[in-house]
Amino acid sequence: MAVCIAVIAKENYPLYIRSVPTQNELKFHYTVHTSLDVVEEKISAVGKSLGDQRELYLGLLYPTEDYKVYGYVTNSKVKFVIVVDSSNTSLRDNEIRSMFRKLHNSFTDVMCNPFHNPGDPIQSKAFDGIVSGMMVQTG
Amino acid sequence: MAGSQWELPPELCCRPMAFVALTGLDVVYNAVHRAIWDAFCANRRADRVPISFKVLPGDHEYPKCRTKRTSYEWYIPKGILKTGWMNKHLNLVPALVVLFYELDWDDPQWKEKQSECATKVEIVRTSLQGRNTKVAVVLIQKKTPLPPGEDLVASERAAALCNACDLSGKSLFVLPHTDHLVGYIIRLENAFYEHAQTYYYTEIRRVKSHKEFLNKTTHQLLFVRHQFKIAFFSELKQDTQNALKYYRTAYSLVHELRAHETNMLEIKTMAGFINYKICRLCFQHNTPLDAIAQFRKHIDLCKKKIGSAELAFEHAAWMSKQFQSFGELFDEAIKLGLTAIQTQNPGFYYQQAACYSQDRKQQAQQLCQAGASYPSPEPLETQSGALDFYGQRPWRQGHQSIDPPDAEKEKTGILALQIKERDVPHSELIIALLSNAVAQFKKYKCPRMKSHLMVQMGEEYYHAKDYTKALKLLDYVMCDYRTERWWGLLTAILTTALRCAYLMASVKDYIIYCMELLGRASTLKEDQKSRIEKNLIKVLMNEVPDAEPECDSSSVSAARSLWSDRMALAGSNELTLEVQDYIPFIQCKAKFQSPSFHVDQPIQLQVFLRADCPHPVSFNKLAVSLSNQEYNQWCVVEETMSLLPGKTKCYNFSFVAKTEDVGKKIEMAGIEVMLGGDSGRCVFVNWRGAGGDAASTHEALQASRSSRRWGRGMEARQALDWDSLTIQHSTMIISRVPKISVQLSHQPPALNNEMYCISLTVQSQEEGVAKDVKLTAGLKPGQDANLGQTTHVTLDGSKVCDDTAPALLPDVPLGDLKPGEKLEKCVYVKCVSTGPRVFLFHVAYSIDTTVEGRQIVCKCHKDETVTIETVVPFEVSVKFVSTKFEPLDRVALDIPFLLMTDILSSSPWPLLLASSSLQLLTMTSNTPQLQSQLQEVVLQTGESASECFCLRCPPLTNSNSTVATGQYLISWRRQSSSADSPLIQTTVTLPHVILESVPLYIHADLPSFGRVRESLSVRYHIENRTALVQEVEMAVEPSDAFMFSGLKQVRLRILPGSEQQMLYNYYPLMAGYQTLPQLNISLPRCPTTNTHTLRRFLPQRIFVKPQGRQLDDASIAAA
Repeated sequence: MAVCIAVIAKENYPLYIRSVPTQNELKFHYTVHTSLDVVEEKISAVGKSLGDQRELYLGLLYPTEDYKVYGYVTNSKVKFVIVVDSSNTSLRDNEIRSMFRKLHNSFTDVMCNPFHNPGDPIQSKAFDGIVSGMMVQTG
Repeated sequence: MAGSQWELPPELCCRPMAFVALTGLDVVYNAVHRAIWDAFCANRRADRVPISFKVLPGDHEYPKCRTKRTSYEWYIPKGILKTGWMNKHLNLVPALVVLFYELDWDDPQWKEKQSECATKVEIVRTSLQGRNTKVAVVLIQKKTPLPPGEDLVASERAAALCNACDLSGKSLFVLPHTDHLVGYIIRLENAFYEHAQTYYYTEIRRVKSHKEFLNKTTHQLLFVRHQFKIAFFSELKQDTQNALKYYRTAYSLVHELRAHETNMLEIKTMAGFINYKICRLCFQHNTPLDAIAQFRKHIDLCKKKIGSAELAFEHAAWMSKQFQSFGELFDEAIKLGLTAIQTQNPGFYYQQAACYSQDRKQQAQQLCQAGASYPSPEPLETQSGALDFYGQRPWRQGHQSIDPPDAEKEKTGILALQIKERDVPHSELIIALLSNAVAQFKKYKCPRMKSHLMVQMGEEYYHAKDYTKALKLLDYVMCDYRTERWWGLLTAILTTALRCAYLMASVKDYIIYCMELLGRASTLKEDQKSRIEKNLIKVLMNEVPDAEPECDSSSVSAARSLWSDRMALAGSNELTLEVQDYIPFIQCKAKFQSPSFHVDQPIQLQVFLRADCPHPVSFNKLAVSLSNQEYNQWCVVEETMSLLPGKTKCYNFSFVAKTEDVGKKIEMAGIEVMLGGDSGRCVFVNWRGAGGDAASTHEALQASRSSRRWGRGMEARQALDWDSLTIQHSTMIISRVPKISVQLSHQPPALNNEMYCISLTVQSQEEGVAKDVKLTAGLKPGQDANLGQTTHVTLDGSKVCDDTAPALLPDVPLGDLKPGEKLEKCVYVKCVSTGPRVFLFHVAYSIDTTVEGRQIVCKCHKDETVTIETVVPFEVSVKFVSTKFEPLDRVALDIPFLLMTDILSSSPWPLLLASSSLQLLTMTSNTPQLQSQLQEVVLQTGESASECFCLRCPPLTNSNSTVATGQYLISWRRQSSSADSPLIQTTVTLPHVILESVPLYIHADLPSFGRVRESLSVRYHIENRTALVQEVEMAVEPSDAFMFSGLKQVRLRILPGSEQQMLYNYYPLMAGYQTLPQLNISLPRCPTTNTHTLRRFLPQRIFVKPQGRQLDDASIAAA
C-alpha cells in the first residue's frame, strides 16, 4: 500500500498530495517533486518516438533507499505519483497499475464535476476516499 | 583522527603492481646508474608492464619472515587482516631483487670481481631468508655484446659467474651501457615481470596450501584472511578475473562469521574493503551492472548491522563512506568512458552518503552528550600507535570472544569515541557530499533533484551557522519552487531563510521573507502568520523582532544584540523592495479604465490593493509612476491608509493628457506602496508595471477559465472578484473626435483624361472657431504604385493639368471656420488610366477646448475616402474605303479613297464634341479642308458620330509599303460642365495603310442617274501610270438593260503618263438599279492587270429613273 499519493498538474504544480501522517510530510513533497525530473524525461523520450501511442503507466521512476516511486501520466499530461515503502515487497507491478487506474477513474470523475475548475486543487470527498483506500492504514 | 578513521586505506584503493627491488645502483653519484634508474621509472605508461620499482641498498634488511607454522591445531587467530599486510606486499617484500654489477666479459680482474659479485648476491639472499623472493643479476657493461654464441669467452665466463652466484642462467642479464638504453631496459623489465609472476604464483600456492590445516570452528577468520590474500596476490599477478573470484568468496565468507557486538566493526570494515575491491574490479571489467548489484547486496546485508547502540553514529559514518566510495568508483568509471543515465548515476550514491552523514550527525548529537571529560589514561592509544588488525578496538586488540574482557575499559573506550565524534565537522562532510551530488544531478538533467539538494545544503549551512551561504543557496532555489507553485516546499524554505535572516539581523531579507510568508502562497497556520506580522510591524517601527522558534538559544542572544546594534545605527532607514518576482502579502493590480482615451477626456486609472495577512496593515503612501513622468504628480496619495485582511481596496486617479502625447501610449512603469513611516523605517514596496506578482498570471488564467464556465451570472454576483480583475497597463491617447462634416459630391464615373471635379463641403459643428483648417486631398497612399503616376490632382479647373501635377495635394490651407460655417472646395482629378482609385480627403484643424478647467488646444481631423472608377469616354473606330464605299485592304497610290471615323460614346453622361480634325502625314486631302463635321455635336450614351474624309496618297518612290496615316484629334467635354471648363483633347492615332501602285487607272464620268429612254453619256478615262507604252484591248459586253453607241471593241495604245478617253452613249431600257454594260479591258504586256483588278475603279450600276410624265394636277389630286 502506498505511503504517499500525489496528483500533479500539467504545469507541474501539485493538485493533490497526501501522505501517511506518521512520517515527515515535507519529505514526501520533496520526493514527489524530484520524481518529476524522471517523469518529464520519460514523457519527452516517448513523445519523440511513438507519438500518441503512449503507455500511460511510466513504471518505477527511481528507487531510493527507503521508497519506490511510481509514475503515471494521463493524455492531458496530468501526472499521478505513488510512493511505496521499499520494504513492501508484496506489491507487484500489476497491483501498482490497478492503483493508478483506479486513481485515474476517480480523477476523471472529479474533472466531470461541472463545479470543479480544472487546474484548481482537488477537494473532492470521493477522490479522498479512493486515495484513503490505497494508503497504508495506520493506527 | 576520527574523520579519517573511515577513509579506506590507500593501499586498498591503489592498483596493486608487482614489486621489484633494484640494488647495487648508486643513483646519487653515478651518472650511468642514474640514467638506468631514470629509464626504469620515467614514462611508465599503460603499455609498459605493471611493476613498481624501488632502489634499495645492497645490504637492505627486508621484513623478517616468521617461522612457518607446522600445525594450526592450537592456533587461535586474533583478527581477520593485519593492518600492515597489504603495504608489506606492495612496498616491502619484493617479488624479485635485482643486483646491478659493473662487469665486462674481458675485465682484467675478472676473478676478483666475480667473487665480489657472488658475495653481494649472498648478502641479498641472507636478508631474504625464508622468502621465496627471486634474485637476479644484471651486469652493466661498457661494450656492446656480440651476438649470442660468437663470444666464447662471454659464454664461458657467464656460466662461471652463474655457478659462483648460484644463479640459473635465466637470472643473469647483461645491460650494455650504449645508445639503446631504453630498449634494453624494456626487455629487462619484461624479464623481471615474468619472474615476479612466478613469485606471486608460488605465494598463492603457499597460501592455498594452508587450507587443509584449518578447521571451521576456530579458524573462521583465517578462511577470510586466506581468500583475501589469494585475491590480493592474484591482483599483484595482474590476474584480475581470478582476483574477483577470490574476493567474492572472501565476501561470502566474511558474512558467515559469527557476528556480535564486539567484532561487528571488524566484520563491517573487512566487508567494506572486499566490497570495494569487487566493485572496483567489476567497473574495471566494464560490467557496471555487476558492480551495482554487488553494492546493493552489500548494503542490504550490512544495513542492519549497527553494532553497539552507543556507537550508532559509527555505523552511519561507515554507511556514508560505503556510498561515497561507490559513488567515487562510479564517477571514475564514467570518466574512463562508461555512460550513466538519469536514474542511475553517481549522484544518487553521493546523496545517500550525505543522508547517512546527516543520520550520523543526529545520532552523534543524541549520543555524545556534552560535559563528560575525556577519560585518562587514553583508551584509544596502543603500544605501536596503530592497530594490529583492521576494524578492531584499540583497548582490546586481538580479542575475539563475545563478551568484552573488561567492562570498565569498554566504557571508557566508548566514551572516548563519543567525545572524539563531537569534534567531527559533520556539516562540512555533509555539504561536501551534497555538492558532489549536485554536480552529478546537474549533469544528468535532474533540475528538481538539484534544487532539493541545494535546499539541504542551505539547511546544513544554517546548522553550521554559516547564514550568508545558507541564504545564498536558499534564495537561489526559492524561485524554482515559486515558479513551479509548490507552496508547501516554498514555505518550508522561506521559514528556514527567515531564521537565517533573523539570526544575521539582515533587515532587508527579513522583511522580504516575512512579506512572502504572510502572503497567499504561504501554507503557514494563522497563528504563525500573526506572529510574523507582529514581528514585521516591529521591524517597521525600528524595534527588535521576537526570535524565530526552533533557533538555539545561544544564537538567539547573539542575534538580539546584532539587531539592537542595527536599530541603533543612524544610517538610512529607507528600503526599496522589488516584489514583482515574489508573492508578497499585499497584492496590487492597476488598470486604466479604457485602452484608449480621447485627448479631451480625463484619463482615469484605478489601483486595487488587497492584503492577505491576518491583521489589518496600514501604509502611508501610494504612488503610480507612468512612462511620462509629468503625469506622476496626479497619481499619488499621501495619507495613512489601511487594508483589511481579505478586502480589496480601490484607489482612483485621473489626469488630463497633454496634447503632445496624442498618438502615444501611456504605460504604468511601477506602483509603489510605502509601509512604515518616518518615525521608524520606510519600506517602499515596488511593483513593476501595473502590479501583479509571481503567482498572479496563473491565478488570472484560472479565474478566466472559471468565469468562462460560469458565464455572466458569476460576474454579476461578485462585482469585485480579485482574481478576475484584469490588468490594463497601458492606454493610448487618441485625438479628439472631430465635430465637422465633410461631404463629397461628384458625378462618377470619371472619364479618362477629363478634369474630374469633386466638390467638397466642410461644415463646422464646433462650438468654437475651428482654426487652421487644412485639406489634404488626392490619391490615398498605399495603393498600386502605378496609380500615382497616372493620377493628377489640382485645384485649378480652368485648364487641363499636365503630368507635373501631384497625385496627392498636401495641406491646402482653407483658413478658419466659424461655428456653423460651411466651406466648399473643388478638387480636380485627372486620371490618365482607367480602373478604380481610392481618394482620401483629410480635413485637419485645431480648436481650443477646456477639460476639467484646463485650456488645451486639440488637433482634430476627419477623413473621408471615396472610390472612383475611371472609364473611357468614347471609342473611336477608323476604316478606309474606296470611293465606292467598298472596304480597302490596301490603298492605291495617287487614287482618291475615303477615311471614315466613328466615335461611339460609352460615357454614362452626355458628351459634347467641340471639334475634330485630322493631322495627316503622307496623305493629302482630296478636298479643301473644311470645318469639322462634328462641331458641337452632343452624344448620349451609346450614340455614335461619324466623319468621312476623302484622301489621296501622293505618288511615292517607295511604293508597296506601309505608311503612317496620321492622327485624329477630338476636343470634347462633358455637356453638363460649365462653358468655361477646358476642352479635352483626345488624340487617336490612325492605322497604317498598305500602299500599292496600279499600272493602269481607269475611271468614268457619268451622271448620278439615268432616265429610261434618255441618252446617257459615259466617258471613260484610261490613264497609263507606267513609264512604258501600254497596249490596251477594250470591249463592251452587250446588256439587256441598255442600248449603247460607241466603240464596241477597240485596241489602242496609250503613251506613258497620258490618258485616253472613250465616250459611250448608253440608252437605258429599264428603270431601277441597272448593271452597266461590262467593260472588258486587258493589257497584253501586263497580264496581272485585267478586267477583274481594274473593275474596282469603275462604276458597276446606275440608277435609272422611269420615263418622266407630264404633271397632271388631276391625277395628283386623285392620288
